[in-house]
This record gives sequence, C-alpha cells and structure tokens, in this order.
Amino acid sequence: MAKYNLRVNGNARTIDSSDADKPLLYVLRELKLTATKFGCGLGQCGACTVLIEGAAVRSCQTRVADVHGKAIITLEGLGSPGNPHPLQTAFISEQVPQCGYCTSGMIMSAAALLSTNKKPSESDIRSALDGNLCRCGTHVRVVRAVMAASGQRG
Amino acid sequence: MNAPVKNLRFSRRAILKGGALAVGFALTELPDAIAQGAVAAPRALDPKEVDSFLAVNGDGTVTVFCGKVDLGQGLRISIPQIAAEELGIGVDKIKFVEGDTALTPDQGRTSGSNGIQRGGMQIRQAAATARKALIDLAAQRLNVRPEDLVITGGEVRPKAGSSGISFANLIGGRQFDLKLDPKAPLMDPSSYTIVGKPLARPDVPAKCFGTHVYMHDLVVPDMLHARVIRPAAVGAKLVSVDESSIKDIAGANVVRVKDLLAVVADDEWSAIRASRALRAQWSEGSGLPAQADLAAALRADPGIVDETLVNKGSADAQQPDGAKALTATYYWPMQSHGSIGPSCAVADVRADAATVWTASQGTHGNQTTFARFLGLPKEKVRLIYLEGSGCYGMNGHEDAAADAAILSRAVGRPVRVQWTREDELGWDPKGPPQLIAISGAVAPDGRILDWLTELWIPKTTRGLPNIPLLAPEAAGLDHVPGLNPGLVSQNGDPSYAAESIQVIAHWLKDAPLRPAPIRSPGKPANCFAVESFVDELAAAIGADPVEFRLRGLKDSRAIEVIRRTAALMNWQARPYRVASANNGIARGRGISFVHYKHSETYVGMGMEVAVDRASGQIAVERVACAHDCGQIINPDGVRAQVEGSILQTISRVLMEEVMFDRARVISVNWTSYPILRFSGVPRIDIELIDRPTEKPLGAGEAACAAVGAALANAVHDATGTRLRTVPFMPERVKAALTGKA
Repeated sequence: MAKYNLRVNGNARTIDSSDADKPLLYVLRELKLTATKFGCGLGQCGACTVLIEGAAVRSCQTRVADVHGKAIITLEGLGSPGNPHPLQTAFISEQVPQCGYCTSGMIMSAAALLSTNKKPSESDIRSALDGNLCRCGTHVRVVRAVMAASGQRG
Repeated sequence: MNAPVKNLRFSRRAILKGGALAVGFALTELPDAIAQGAVAAPRALDPKEVDSFLAVNGDGTVTVFCGKVDLGQGLRISIPQIAAEELGIGVDKIKFVEGDTALTPDQGRTSGSNGIQRGGMQIRQAAATARKALIDLAAQRLNVRPEDLVITGGEVRPKAGSSGISFANLIGGRQFDLKLDPKAPLMDPSSYTIVGKPLARPDVPAKCFGTHVYMHDLVVPDMLHARVIRPAAVGAKLVSVDESSIKDIAGANVVRVKDLLAVVADDEWSAIRASRALRAQWSEGSGLPAQADLAAALRADPGIVDETLVNKGSADAQQPDGAKALTATYYWPMQSHGSIGPSCAVADVRADAATVWTASQGTHGNQTTFARFLGLPKEKVRLIYLEGSGCYGMNGHEDAAADAAILSRAVGRPVRVQWTREDELGWDPKGPPQLIAISGAVAPDGRILDWLTELWIPKTTRGLPNIPLLAPEAAGLDHVPGLNPGLVSQNGDPSYAAESIQVIAHWLKDAPLRPAPIRSPGKPANCFAVESFVDELAAAIGADPVEFRLRGLKDSRAIEVIRRTAALMNWQARPYRVASANNGIARGRGISFVHYKHSETYVGMGMEVAVDRASGQIAVERVACAHDCGQIINPDGVRAQVEGSILQTISRVLMEEVMFDRARVISVNWTSYPILRFSGVPRIDIELIDRPTEKPLGAGEAACAAVGAALANAVHDATGTRLRTVPFMPERVKAALTGKA
C-alpha cells in the first residue's frame, strides 16, 4: 500500500491507499472533511472544488497520487466561526445558500479568484464561477457576496 | 436555535430503549432532530393536539415539532417566527424539529408551496391555543382575570406591571393536553414584532463553514457503502451477473434482489470501482417512444377520458366586426429536477424494525410505503429527514432511500446508497411533457370573446399512496403501481374576463418516463401557453400588452402586481413592434401575469431580452417581478425563493429537455442536460407587496409559472417571432426566426 503525504488545512496527513487513482474527494471525506461535496464525478459542476497550492481544483478529478507533497485547503480550513474568511462572512450576511450543496465549491472558487484578483469586477466573478453550478438560483447573491468580500458594493 | 449538538456519543443500547429503533452516530455534530430522536420518549403525533406541535421545555425554551421540512426554503426560521409571535417568546428561544415520523405530526408532504400557508398555519393555531392556555394557567395562579394579563418574553404578567410567571414555571416539561382550538384568538398583525422581519436563516452559517450535516454526510456505525446498478434500458430485467468481475476489489460484494442489483463495500471508493467493474447482462427494455414524435404522439393518444375543467360563459355569441380569431399550440418537454447533489440515503433495517434517513419531502407519507415493501408494521418504520441537495419536487431522494432499505435488509447491516450523476439525471422521476392548444378570439376593443384551452397531460392514479419507487418494483416487493405528476392541470385558463372560457383536459394513461411533481407542477407550461396567447391576442389588435391585461381584470391585487411590474420596467405603452436589429442583436420586452392556482399568490413578471439573430442565442438581460403572497412571514426568505424561482425557470425555458433514445435517458450529465450558469444570469429587480392582514400564501413556486411567457413575449417583441416550444435552444430559435420551425 502506497503512502501519500498531504498537507490538509495546515495539518500533515499521511494517506495509505493501494489505489493511486483514488480521487482526492474521497480522501478528504474519509478524513471527515465533508464540506467538500460529490456532485457529478465528472468535473462539470464544481461542488467538490478545493484549493491545491492556492488554485481552485475539482477534487473529484484529482488523483491522490497527484497531490503527494501538496497543500490542500477545504472550506473547513478556509475559516471558522471564530475566525471566518471574508467570503464566509459575506456569504452569511448576504444569506446566500438555500440548500447550500454548491456553497462550499462556490466559496472555494471565489477564494482562488480573490487570491489573484483583489478587486474583481462583476464580470470577473461571473467568469471565475461559471463552472460552479447552482440549482436553487442563488447566483445573484453569490456575486453580491464576492463583491462584498472584496470590499466592494455589489 | 437549531444549534448543532456537539460530540454526541450514544451507546447503541441506550438508543434502542426508546422503542423506535435508531442507531448510534459517528458524526461529531448533529442537528437537534436526530439528537432528540435518539433519546425521545414516545410523543403525541396527532395533528389535532397542541402537544404534537409544541413543547415548553424545563428551561423555558419551546420546541416546535414540524411535519414540513426545510429544503433550503427557510422553514427553520419562518415557522419559529410564526410560533414565537403567537406565543410571546423570543425566536431565539424556539427549537425546531422537522420531518421525523417518530417526533413530528404528519402535516403532509412539503410540496405545493404550502409549508407556510398550510403547515405554518396549523402551527400558528397550535401556538395561539397554547398562548390562551398559558394565560388561563397564570390567571388561576395569580388569581386575576385572564384579560388583565399579557405575555412578553416567555412570561405571563399582569398588565398592571407586577412580576409574572415564566412559561417554564407554568408548564415546563409537562403537556398541554389540549386540542387545537380553531377559535383561539390570533395576535393582531399590527402588533407583530417577529413576523414580517427578515431574520437570518439559522442553517446558513453552518452551510458556509462546511459543518451542516447533509444526508450525504451521515455516517452510522457498521455502515456499508453501496452503488446501485440501474438497468441498461428502462424496464429491462437482470439476466445474469458476473460476480468474478469484481473479485479484485477488496471487500466489495454483489447484492442482488431479483432485478435490483448493487455492489457494497466498506468504503465508498471501493463501491464505486466495483460498480464500474461489474459485468451484468440485462434483457431488452420495455421501449420508449421516439423523442422527435413525442408532441404529435401526445395529441394522437386516445387517452383515458376527456374532462371539462372550466366552463364559464357561453361561446355562441355573434362575434363583432373586426374580431380576430387565433389558434396556437405550445409544448413543454420532460425535465429533470436537476439536483446538484445526486440522491443519497442511509437505512438500517432489522428483522423487526427499520430506521431510514432520507432527504424526502414526505417522510410521513412514505412510512406506509416503506412498511409495505419491507413487510413491517407501520409503527416499526421510522423515517428521519436530513437535508439533502435541493430537490424542487420529488427527485431521486425517495428512490435512494428505498434502495438503501432493501439493500440493508439483504446484507443485515446499515447501508448508505449514493446515486451517481448519471443515476440522478437518468432515473429521477421527470416532469411530464405537456401539450397545450389554445384557440380564442378578441374584439377590436380588447374584449376576449371566447377561449378554449386543451391540455394533453398524464392523469394521476386515484388513491395512489406514493409515486412508485424503483427499488421495490425491481426487487419484486409489494408496492402500488400508478402515476402522479402533481397538479398539472391548474392555471389552464386566463385570469381575464372573457365571453366564454373552457378548459378541457385530455387525460393520458401514461407518460414516457415515470412522472413526478417538479417545482410548480404543470403551471410553468400552462401559464407559458396562456400568457403567451394573451399576448398573441393583444398583438392581433395592436394593443399594448399591459393595457390589454389590465382591461380584463377586476381583482385589485392582480392589477397592482401588473402595474408595479410595469413601473419597475419603466414600461411605456405601445403595441408590440419588431425591433430593428442592431449588429444582429434584437432587443425587446415582455410581461406576464399569474394568479397562482387562481386562489393563491399574485405574480407580475417582466423581462428584457437580447436575441442574436445570427446564432439564435437568447440573453435575458433584466427581470422585474412584483410579488404578492399576502402576509409575508420573512421577506428575505420570500425574496430568496422568488430569485430562485425566476432563475431556475429561466434555465428550464432556455435550455432544459430530457433527451432519450428508444431504450433510456441519454442526457445524463451537465453537458447533455445543461442548466443556467453565471454567464446567463440577468439583473433581477423584485418588489414584494406585504399584506399583513391577508392570509400568508406560498412563495416557493408561484413565480416559476410566470417566467416562460414573459420571456417568450419579450422575444416576440424583439423579433416578431413566437416561440411556442420549450426549450428555446439557439438552433430552434434560429429556425423559428428564419421561418423554418
């Protein structure tokens, strides 16, 4: 059984897996990090988005072998009620989620955007999140929250 | 309130004591519903009893037991707001338990946008009855007249100002033993301090920190992960399974119950690998109709019976000079609920009892169904609601629960079933196809002379307890066959005055794929047809669409939503005109109006669109909506629901159609079944009309019904072309624009 060393939300984790192809999504969920959701397993919906070395990546399409030695951040690691990320604060104050199943992926994609673009335009936000699907129709609030999190009025 | 309970650890034995079977939890955070379920004594469940809905706890908090469930639409705050207002206690002192057959009364499915207007009103009456009882109890204790007492902050106190008695002191931990009193006085809306406020939804923070426990996140001890392998074709039978095909996957096993085929494993990834590796042979399916001929096939179907649903006025009046007569046919395709998270459930079925965790909208209604196919007494089957991915009607949640229950019984362990993306889009029960033909005439002065709507829609099977689930049928277990697409025949007639109005339903025996209610069942299609045809009549006499509608209305609430929608759009009266295309982009505006079910919420919907004549691509640029759902409990909750209704239905109108070949559904991923993305989201302006002294009405789906016609009417204004077939995909629009449709 191969061992893979990951840094997950700042903690060193050693993952034993006989299958190098096991998707990161299931590795994370078995670590009880269940914010990251299964949506399609095809890289089409964004529900499983996490940050790998700061970039937004679909964890359902990422092999465990490919994240050996990498730093991974999930929604749980982005912030907490005591120390929330500005996006989490904004998503709460804008009351964004309805069912909330897509929320984790939305916030992670937005976090990647804000790390490279401190003051994105509405159009930048829409482009960055176009691969994240929401069925409840919370899009307007998502855009407003990302604007607010970057210190802009949406 | 509804705060997660930290670090719960129940021993299995302790939990079994309660009578109803429950298993321990491996999760570290659990919603109250489960925590209380695990230790609860048997409760009153009769919806006629106050105790079934409300309990004053020893610490002075109040628990509300709600048979309706929060699917993301905000009942976890709006129901406590209603209860807190009537009781006279802070909303932060209310705990909320939802959708658990062992704990909550049966208030019917959470559907039809009736969570507040039915479920909430039962709870309002329970709370009003309790309030009266609390005052009477305090009057006896204090030896004063009840009318000399008031309730504030969970205390009954003399109006004169001396100290009062807390709810906890009066009845904490004990029962009211009272029937709901339909005459118990309700709080005067002018005194409301909680109802009508945009209070935050309590589940939102946990959803933003990743700690909200979804159905998909539930882990119970000793649980196996399963994947069900659906047949290669609808109606196909399992011929053979090659178990050796998964022998290299450690811990994975095949489970077969007649035609129900699954793999189970200790971990999810092994179950997935096994499901991909498993080789099975299926028979031919039962066959599906040719998709291209579907609309024609519906019209040609002899059906079961023709029923006149509406028959008003008389059609034989002599038509005046200059009257214009029109006919048009509209089509709405089969659509999927399109949940972002494929369905999931966990079940623990033992020889004598079963516990099923499910994201179903109808835990109570399913108790009998599950008991039937499991061969257990109803009271030994407990269904516990856990929030899943938004379902907007009956998606695959209940099927996944049935899968899990049958597999758990087969393997003798708790089983978690997770559907795949392909399962969800392929096998969720579908919104049925709807064909709608309308003929009518209009006088030059704008009077609608006669109107006839014909609907071709599947008929609901009388007395059907539940929509048949896939697993009991595949496993050959006891179930009641039939179909139920929801109330798909409503709003087939316009709200406007006419010399005569007739609606005829040609009830069909079947639907191409298993039907189920999908948000606003039938109404998006019916209102698309009716409100498009109203525009066609207006255009026929060169009338302005807003003025034409107002002419035929007397109901002041209807008139107000139309006027306000027009004002939001800065609507200038003019007949429709074909805009000149600028760089090939034609812009136009459209409006529609719906009085939902002719008895509920009023919606005015305006849209501005840009149509690219070269590609046929439609961009909705702006939406304006005025919405009157009577008394508003939580305005931000209503606003969120209206936003969602608009965007989800724009998606359904512009791009959604279930595609199938002669064997099975082939639109099984987000490429072949696309839905709206950020790039397609318009600016939305919503005006909520609050009427505190009116009854509260549903806000979860009425706006859906108004979307299709507003969009089609705007396209007509822009291009002069009528779109009568949904979805408005670019190729279809292009063909219509060039007269090839």
